Amino acid sequence: MSDVSSPVPTAAPAGDCHAEWKRPPAEKPPLDLATVRGRLEGQRGPQYWRSLEEVAATPEFEELLHREFPRFAAEWPAGVSRRNFLQLAGASLGLAGLTACTRQPIERIVPYVKQPEEILPGRPLHFATAATLSGFATGLLVESHEGRPTKIEGNPDHPASQGATDAVTQASILGLYDPDRSQTTLELGRISTWRGLATALMAALGEQSAKSGAGLRILTGPVTGPTEAALMEQLLADYPEAVWHRWDPLGADHQRRGVAAAFGAPHSIRYEVGRADVLVALDADFLTQGAGAVRHAREFAARRRVTVDGPQMNRLYVAEVSPSPTGSVADHRLPVRPSQLPALVRALAARVGVDGVAAPADLEPRLERFAAAAAADLAAHRGRALVVAGESLPAAAHALIAAINDALGATGETVVYGEPIEARPVDGLASLADLARALRAGAVDLLVISGVNPVYDAPADLDFAAALHQDKTLRVHHGLYADETAEHCQWHLPAAHYLESWGDARAVDGTVSLVQPLIEPLYGGKSLAELIAALLGRTEASGYDLLQEHWQEKLGEPSFEDAFRRALHDGLVAGSALVPAAVALAPDAAAAAAAALAAAPAASGLELALRPDASVLDGRFANNGWLQELPKPITKLTWDNPVMLSPRTAEALGVHNEDLVEIEAGGRRLSAPAWILPGQADGTALLHLGYGRRRAGRIADGLGVSAFALQTSEARWNLAGVTVRKARGTKPLACTQGHYAIRGWLADETEEAERRHLVRVGTLERFRDNPAFAADYEHEGLDPNLSLMPGFDYSRGHAWAMTIDLGACTGCNACVVACQAENNIPVVGQDQVRRGREMHWIRIDRYFRGGLDEPEGIVSQPIVCMQCEQAPCEVVCPVAATVHSSDGLNDMVYNRCVGTRYCSNNCPYKVRRFNFLLYQDWETPQFKLQRNPDVSVRSRGVMEKCTYCVQRINRVRIAAERDGRRVEDGAIQTACQQACPSQAIHFGDLNDPASKVAATKRDPRNYVLLGELGTRPRTSYLAVVQNPNPELAG
Amino acid sequence: MSVADLPNARPPGDLPVLAPGHGPASITDKISSVVFGRMPIWFYVAMAIAFGGAMVLLASLTKLVFTGIGIWGNNQPVGWGFDIINFVWWIGIGHAGTLISAILLLLRQEWRTSINRFAEAMTLFAVACALIYPLFHTGRPWLAAYWLLPYPNTMGMWPNFRSPLIWDVFAVSTYASVSALFWYIGLIPDLAVMRDKAKKLWQRKTYGLFSMGWRNSARHWHNYESAYLLLAGLSTPLVLSVHSVVSFDFASGQIPGWHATIFPPYFVAGAVFAGFAMVLTLAIPLRRAFGLEDFITTKHLDNMGRVMLVTGLIVGYGYVMELFTAWYSGNLYEMYMVKNRLFGPYSWIYYLLIVCNILAIQPLWLQRFRRSVVSLWVISMFVNFGMWFERFVIIPMSLHRDFLPSSWDMYNPTRWDFATFFGSIGLFLALMFLFVRVLPAIAMFEMKTLTPDAKIKEGAH
Repeated sequence: MSDVSSPVPTAAPAGDCHAEWKRPPAEKPPLDLATVRGRLEGQRGPQYWRSLEEVAATPEFEELLHREFPRFAAEWPAGVSRRNFLQLAGASLGLAGLTACTRQPIERIVPYVKQPEEILPGRPLHFATAATLSGFATGLLVESHEGRPTKIEGNPDHPASQGATDAVTQASILGLYDPDRSQTTLELGRISTWRGLATALMAALGEQSAKSGAGLRILTGPVTGPTEAALMEQLLADYPEAVWHRWDPLGADHQRRGVAAAFGAPHSIRYEVGRADVLVALDADFLTQGAGAVRHAREFAARRRVTVDGPQMNRLYVAEVSPSPTGSVADHRLPVRPSQLPALVRALAARVGVDGVAAPADLEPRLERFAAAAAADLAAHRGRALVVAGESLPAAAHALIAAINDALGATGETVVYGEPIEARPVDGLASLADLARALRAGAVDLLVISGVNPVYDAPADLDFAAALHQDKTLRVHHGLYADETAEHCQWHLPAAHYLESWGDARAVDGTVSLVQPLIEPLYGGKSLAELIAALLGRTEASGYDLLQEHWQEKLGEPSFEDAFRRALHDGLVAGSALVPAAVALAPDAAAAAAAALAAAPAASGLELALRPDASVLDGRFANNGWLQELPKPITKLTWDNPVMLSPRTAEALGVHNEDLVEIEAGGRRLSAPAWILPGQADGTALLHLGYGRRRAGRIADGLGVSAFALQTSEARWNLAGVTVRKARGTKPLACTQGHYAIRGWLADETEEAERRHLVRVGTLERFRDNPAFAADYEHEGLDPNLSLMPGFDYSRGHAWAMTIDLGACTGCNACVVACQAENNIPVVGQDQVRRGREMHWIRIDRYFRGGLDEPEGIVSQPIVCMQCEQAPCEVVCPVAATVHSSDGLNDMVYNRCVGTRYCSNNCPYKVRRFNFLLYQDWETPQFKLQRNPDVSVRSRGVMEKCTYCVQRINRVRIAAERDGRRVEDGAIQTACQQACPSQAIHFGDLNDPASKVAATKRDPRNYVLLGELGTRPRTSYLAVVQNPNPELAG
Repeated sequence: MSVADLPNARPPGDLPVLAPGHGPASITDKISSVVFGRMPIWFYVAMAIAFGGAMVLLASLTKLVFTGIGIWGNNQPVGWGFDIINFVWWIGIGHAGTLISAILLLLRQEWRTSINRFAEAMTLFAVACALIYPLFHTGRPWLAAYWLLPYPNTMGMWPNFRSPLIWDVFAVSTYASVSALFWYIGLIPDLAVMRDKAKKLWQRKTYGLFSMGWRNSARHWHNYESAYLLLAGLSTPLVLSVHSVVSFDFASGQIPGWHATIFPPYFVAGAVFAGFAMVLTLAIPLRRAFGLEDFITTKHLDNMGRVMLVTGLIVGYGYVMELFTAWYSGNLYEMYMVKNRLFGPYSWIYYLLIVCNILAIQPLWLQRFRRSVVSLWVISMFVNFGMWFERFVIIPMSLHRDFLPSSWDMYNPTRWDFATFFGSIGLFLALMFLFVRVLPAIAMFEMKTLTPDAKIKEGAH
């Protein structure tokens, strides 16, 4: 473990950049420690001390001392006394010996001499904390094994999580242990210290205090944490002329502007998806992306769980550019070009009766039809209707949608407005542009950038990297990685991961979550609060103290200690949710918005949509191997961001999968491989953000292309008049499903999947007529229990089983990453994925339904091990390495496996995964810390597969057996089940008739995959029920 | 299957199995001269090339053990690729030897005599090449080497006797040991001849050691004949069982394209087909190179051509039945398997298979082609390739698109796959060259029973 703390220099920036970097010019170069040390070196013996005396007497040294030891400055007397001299002499001699020795200490493993409270070796503890994304908190419970956080779960008490998480949050545990995280403070690319940086900051701030901070600029992401916000307020009070800029490439600027236009104030917005009977989502992937997505998915799925007693469900209309998970679960999905969306909004507004809005005259018939049906449906469900718009829609569209929702009586019902969650909300893009202008004008002396990476992700027209290069500006970057922005700053300070730091943040409903660390900062990183405190002069303030100080008064009654402990334990401060604000639509806001939309110039030519990537978002998670290898929803691509084209558009351009194409937009061009995606709107191209990183780390560097290079301040999400040309050459892509030409392979796959009835879909109408419609596809007279082999009696003891509700599954991938974290599943890399050797134990199959040009639907089907009672894998293993347990699990004995791969060949579901090479990283010490000690780390040559999280089963089962009680239903949760935002997965004991899983097995929608093979799977599926609008049928 | 039963058969005796004018002495001289004479320069060149191939095999297996199966193209869902294709291909080739030695001996087909030694050697070497694959294709060969064997151990573990791979272990190891024994027993009288003919002391000592004190006594001959006949009886079921058991690897699996009851007979016929093709591939150049046309006569070639035709037709029937069964069963997965063979991404390999294994053998109906060494050799090469393609069709092509379309994938062999394959061919040829150089490639004493003298004596009894 000693390696962890050793300062490993990260790659130094390119040499040519160095030449351009200059220290901020000062009137007189101040003497710093290095100079002093240099002066002192080369002198020996008694002269040494005499020299110090001499040096200390200089005014430069006095100044240095004040900067270096601000707190103790007063204690240094004017002259050096004999006593002080001797103290220093002794300390110097004593400490001098330490520097010479670079040998690592010998590590001994010893048992606890004193047992730490609550820690039982082998028994994990869970601590509540919170992760933030764009400032919004998701409450978490983090599993800790002997002080090592290993697995992230949702906090069931937290409003934004309710026990579930999304994929990026699941993967953030790997981000904590990322060996490519910046590990030391850097000055001009060379290793430095926090002390050194603090000195530099104090000097620069000293100048600023003279001019009340006129040259001080701070750039952060959105901040919702009360502690950080309060510290920032204090800083802005100390330096009244300083400016706090905010930048978030995924920020909801359009929405904020739209809401402000509609209601006159930048209210926060929250959707009560569960209350809505009819939902319309316009290019909004609200079930898997953005603030509150986890909660939306849960509430949405709850309204689609039809039963025989209550055959009612909500209805979702989606109009979107490219298929998203939300679009895949829609009852009606309409592919539209980005330029058509504003007209669609106007049509909806006119039809639901928003005052002063006229329907657009020239709407395409299919849009007209969609708008008519959706508007009628919305209007028929006043107060129970909801229209959600994505950030790619212009601000005016957001304003108009606010008016639509208001007209539908949704305000306060399904859409709740409140005070802003963010501290001092600003328009991110405007704020960043301001900063760039100020930099160019030479008005910035000190710029502190924390947690954002504008050099990479600012719109190309800002040319932020160039703006940053001001000789007079001292630039300090604070972040998890020494990234592209750090490269352009003189100083870089490693940030503490949220699992290493104290803090707080607000959830989408305003609830405050406390962030508590699970581990000491691995590389001595600082949190944002600590950095702001340092700017306030408190360079050594700890995050814990800052947090406590802030909450001291707020939680003061009756006992601060109790209240604080309770908040830490619960992960949230009870009753801190914001109260809904009463809003009133500005009188002519709707008409003005509609006019603005109508006045927008018509788009011509091919339209390019830039959207956040499903896995790495805007690139902030780019260096996370789990996320890179995560097959993206719908496309099932990994490790790259090709240009998505619809089949017709690709054909018109003469482009095939993996062909390189050149995109030209507004004079900027880039070249990327193409990928054909059924369900995308014709005449559009789509490129995901988050790739083309240069300094993200060893995982992400050089993957894909940066879509930010095409982004401009005016057109961040949609670019019109784009040309896409076929270029020479191809670039191989790693896709986990369907690796071949679109017409041949995908058409065959789609046709066969439908013929084999792998995913069974019925309408609500059909369900009402025949709830067991899924059984219609079974072979008549087939007895699945027919077998030559004697059966096994599973009726005693436990019989573990799982059901997966396909109607609830959005394909969001949270389960895949959860499984990877829980079960120590390795990352294999792009090349191995291309060879078809990805290792995920749970995969999400995607099938299109209907034609490729206009697919009727897209379905996601998670596939885990079916735990067949008559398992085909078991008979064929020559060494009995895969055997059946008495509770019905198909166990895999890694130690016994010799790796013939026969079991995998014979598995009809192909759920087995083979370690073709040594995929596990056995060397990197950080990764050793992450692994779940309850699960074997597999070596090469061994087969592995889903175990139903047998380690979780056995922990609960053994405890229950010890206490002589039966395992309670729900006490065991598999990792995938626990992470699932839409609660699509049920697991439990079939022998317990009252269990949830037994109930779902009795559900008429229940069916098994390939039941006719006689494998008798324990995993079964609940058929999809859709609720299409009869008016749009046919 | 007697030659007389074949269609288009001519009366036996139409062609001699031994060219006229040979007596015991000339047979011994001619055959042993290959061993004792000087080898032409091409022999050493060819041997060097073959040995180089064997070294390629060594290098690729070393790389394999140190790096992992991942150097090959195997993936999910295609768990078996070149490794098992090559295994089945080599095992198939290894069928001709025992068939010729044992079954034809029992059927008293005297034309077998000149080719049996050579075919048996080929069998042994082919089985040796085949055995490389099941061991090294495993993820952890250092454990697979003994965990598949039933041996008492502290873990208290037996292998899983329900697994066809365990049946394979027994079937192939039995076959290998019985074939080796059979071959060696058959060699003993000739080793004694070599001992007696050898000029150099070390040669006499070595041949003497392996001839186990053979003194040509009547008692020796009596024991020898009984032992040889018994082993022939023992080998006969093995010829049928080995490839039947190998076919169980597939037939007892679930995968469409594997799960078929026709596999055992179809595999055995295919194996004989492949084996005879390989015997012809090797025998035709060999008899030319060492002037053995008197012993391996046109009659032998003609007969082997007939066997190839018959077994090839059986194999062709198998192909047709696969298509028929899929259609007749109405099973979705089987029907798609056929569709994928005929029109899928690897359909070109299926058509190559049809060309090589069905169309290319049709000229064998005509005597002209059966008696022309060139056409026979070309056809035999077609069959060698065709049988390899057949295993490709059965193994990766069935696996790459099975039940769930989501797990479909392509199988792309790597250069290491090819290196291992060509390396094993190198090893096989190197062993064949060594065999020809140090042992009589044709059974001398059995050839002598074909001389007119032997016949007269037989008649006099």
